[in-house]
Amino acid sequence: MSAEATGQKFNIDTVEHAAGTPETDLPWAELGLKDNEFARIQEILGRRPTAAELAMYSVMWSEHCSYKSSKVHLSQFGEKVTEKMKEHLLVGIGENAGVVDIGDGWAVTFKVESHNHPSMVEPYQGAATGVGGIVRDIISMGARPVAVMDPLRFGAIDHPDTARVVHGVVAGIGGYGNSLGLPNIGGEVVFDSVYQGNPLVNALAVGVLRHEDIRLANASGTGNKVVLFGARTGGDGIGGASVLASESFDDTKPSKRPAVQVGDPFAEKVLIECCLELFKASVVEGIQDLGAAGISCATSELASNGDGGMHVELTNVLLRDPSLTPGEILMSESQERMMAVVTPENQAAFEAIMDKWNVEYSWLGEVTGTGRLVIDWAGETIVDVDPRTVAHDGPVYERPFARPEWLDALQQQKFDGERPASDSELRAAVLELMASPNMCSKDWITNQYDRYVQGNTAMAMPDDAGVVRVDEETGLGVAISTDCNARYSYLNPYEGARAALAEAYRNVATSGAKPLAVTDCLNFGSPEDPAIMWQFAETVRGLADACQELGVPVTGGNVSLYNQTGGVGIHPTPVVGVLGVFDDVTRRTPSGWREDGQAIYLLGTTRDELDGSEWANLRGHLGGQPPVVDLEAEMTLAAILINSSRDGMIDSAHDLSEGGLAAALSESSLRFGVGARIGLDELCERDGVDAFTALFSESHGRAIVGVPRSEEVRFKDMCTARRFPFIRVGVVDTANGALDVQGRFSLPLDELRAAHEGTLPKYFG
Amino acid sequence: MSTETPLIGSYSADAAGPDLTDARVGIVTFPGSLDDRDASRAIRLAGGTAVPLWHADSKLYDVDAVIIPGGFSYGDYLRAGAISRFSPLMDKIIDAANSDAKLPVLGICNGFQVLTEAHLLPGSMIKNDHLHFVCRDQRLRVETNATDWTASFEPGAEIVVPLKNQDGQYVADEKTLDELEGEGRVVFRYVDHNPNGSRRDIAGISNAAGNVVGLMPHPEHAVEAGFGPDASAAGPVELRGGLDGLNIFTSALKKIVGSKA
Repeated sequence: MSAEATGQKFNIDTVEHAAGTPETDLPWAELGLKDNEFARIQEILGRRPTAAELAMYSVMWSEHCSYKSSKVHLSQFGEKVTEKMKEHLLVGIGENAGVVDIGDGWAVTFKVESHNHPSMVEPYQGAATGVGGIVRDIISMGARPVAVMDPLRFGAIDHPDTARVVHGVVAGIGGYGNSLGLPNIGGEVVFDSVYQGNPLVNALAVGVLRHEDIRLANASGTGNKVVLFGARTGGDGIGGASVLASESFDDTKPSKRPAVQVGDPFAEKVLIECCLELFKASVVEGIQDLGAAGISCATSELASNGDGGMHVELTNVLLRDPSLTPGEILMSESQERMMAVVTPENQAAFEAIMDKWNVEYSWLGEVTGTGRLVIDWAGETIVDVDPRTVAHDGPVYERPFARPEWLDALQQQKFDGERPASDSELRAAVLELMASPNMCSKDWITNQYDRYVQGNTAMAMPDDAGVVRVDEETGLGVAISTDCNARYSYLNPYEGARAALAEAYRNVATSGAKPLAVTDCLNFGSPEDPAIMWQFAETVRGLADACQELGVPVTGGNVSLYNQTGGVGIHPTPVVGVLGVFDDVTRRTPSGWREDGQAIYLLGTTRDELDGSEWANLRGHLGGQPPVVDLEAEMTLAAILINSSRDGMIDSAHDLSEGGLAAALSESSLRFGVGARIGLDELCERDGVDAFTALFSESHGRAIVGVPRSEEVRFKDMCTARRFPFIRVGVVDTANGALDVQGRFSLPLDELRAAHEGTLPKYFG
Repeated sequence: MSTETPLIGSYSADAAGPDLTDARVGIVTFPGSLDDRDASRAIRLAGGTAVPLWHADSKLYDVDAVIIPGGFSYGDYLRAGAISRFSPLMDKIIDAANSDAKLPVLGICNGFQVLTEAHLLPGSMIKNDHLHFVCRDQRLRVETNATDWTASFEPGAEIVVPLKNQDGQYVADEKTLDELEGEGRVVFRYVDHNPNGSRRDIAGISNAAGNVVGLMPHPEHAVEAGFGPDASAAGPVELRGGLDGLNIFTSALKKIVGSKA
């Protein structure tokens, strides 16, 4: 961008000026626009855009904001939703977050989003503002945020750069989330070298509201006032959504503008309380948080979702840095800001609440009946657009996609590595598995998060799902789990997506909750690579099909593309979050057993499915086909787990996924430090597998449960009636202090725990 | 002006003893307070009546005791509690705590930090020695029952309550520490594991009169079955069934009701 364009001239690039200077050279390419996109903007406006309009279009038409590469596929989430699936849906895809009815007049809103690229550049602030952004989405629906979760992917645990990212990300999530008073109730942590140059930091937030309190992002009612409140607008995060690393942008300025936003959790905490007070007093008509694309996004979305237009005076925006240009003000992604629409009658009440919480605000303009979004700079019009063309009618690409040629060869490379057979080999293998980076205890991370605040956390990590109470009178509450196995998705993206949903669904049911709705964060490489676009298309198709089969709708989420470094993309990583409901959270089922003599049952069938498994990963193998997903079986298993929990037939339940039975038995023993005696012979005989396969296979549709003796008959009858495979594999032993796989090996829990809990402190402690 | 922070649900009204409802305990909310509603819940579950107090207010509304809850008041960007101590309400609390009436005051976590900044308690809190935020179920020993907030305990009793802090390392000069020890003002001590490097394993202290107590861990998170820690000092409990924090609140309520009778 030239000095002439960014200096004084930029400031006075009015609509009138633009109309008279069609030949002006504009930095559209530096702002991330393609030539066809710039041509389209000129076509829409019938002239060249002003500098400010260019800024708006460039951020709103970025991949991050416009979903231009993913839109044609994402529409399946809407098309494959049946009427039955909409039963509990109060607000679906398209708003800041979906809203689900959980009964008794209560609703829950939840969503997962990515903050991957900022977290690579600046791990602490990237992760912190990731939490901040998703929490503001929740507030804008009218809800009180009640919990957060963080699915994370890092590079190889022993790579020299990983510790930098891990320390920054964990401290950022903790530093922000803890200061907001939001319990962190779960998430995932995976280490894999494919994420070395592209760590994934996804953030999920949950909020709670009464049905009548739902707020939407629209600006209606001509004459209503538009107000910006919260933190002041600064130079941080400019172009974050479109040109994160663009060196060329604005390099004539005295200082470089950081493209990563800087968070202030205290400001956000005050903003939460202040917004909830606004909602309670019913003084806002529409509300929108400012995230990616800042004021550009908020004004164009509010205006295009409303029934008219909007007229805003940009010099009214309170600034941290008075040297910002109009374009920068429109693009700034400064955190902790909200925009609202308020009737003139409510202005005084609005201001009183702002004053009480010491929150700064400025009245920017008003809703008009013109259908145009008009933005002035000191009285001169610098933006005059149809807001729909900015917010919704961005470019849509049908990117070419093609099944990668290498996939056939990959799928034929079945796991043929080491299969421990002797008792001592099996023992060593279990210890190795439980100490491995992906299966080891994540306490070192989760102990840096507050899981108690708000006093409603009924369950958190390391149990299968996070559970929070919503209604203190009745115990009504929700369970949430997020899951994804990117190795499965790499081997078969369609099945991998189904597996991610199946596992999150199973986890929620394992906790005892009835699954209701889905949110997803689809993390992929470059959509301009046909192979990656094919992975994306297959993932969406798989997830949409599986949602339909399980009867749970996607209510919202996020797509993160271009997660690649040096031309190599990450494994397709579709993180899926499932929300379930409890009539009473005190009925939730923990993942560990405690009562001596209780029977341990394994539900489901074990097949020889080691491709893509954690064991194969430990042996450096990735090939073949991932474990088969049978959603009919998942639904039956879920029904058994939910009914058993409700009727008091089980005291513990843990799903089998990564690491198979070996991991599940170890984790259930370590949960409360209570051992068990396990026998594998009957299982091996029934399913035709050896002990190694029984322990390490990752077949889906399985769980282990602890059944009180008094309930065994009833429990078995229920499984029989539902024709679901079950087998007694052992008994809880409070005295032996070991995981004793009888006739094969015994692992003292102290030794197992030391291996399990030692890994993260060794690398990061 | 008093404040009413929006609540999710309403609190259960059942009380340990109806006579305790006469005890009115003020819960202070600063901007950035986080565990204020949790502290209110704890008072209700202990049988008392919780009264929300707003930092900018300069009235105590005749409360019989005050709890300054956990959180990050004003973001704690300068020094934990450094700004909060200057609020109008804190002036009133300082006066009432030092008056002949000796208003019972409990500062939990950030509240403890505020009490040291306000010079109601000696010493100070610095960043944990391991530099990380830590959240864990923590075993404590109640060293004395000569305070308003521990009167119902046997000296030497142990409890397990959650601990969660970033700046929880209690420090003071040796002379002050010796005085605290000598005067029996070390109220709580970490047992088994010192989670933040606090001098002499100190988790909580009192003023000379025993009406003002500061405590780093969070007893208000161990008051309700199903939502507390997975352990109690007495032995195994149901899932999240630890209730060891309750007696701290009950101690103060009983003392208040006793002094009114």
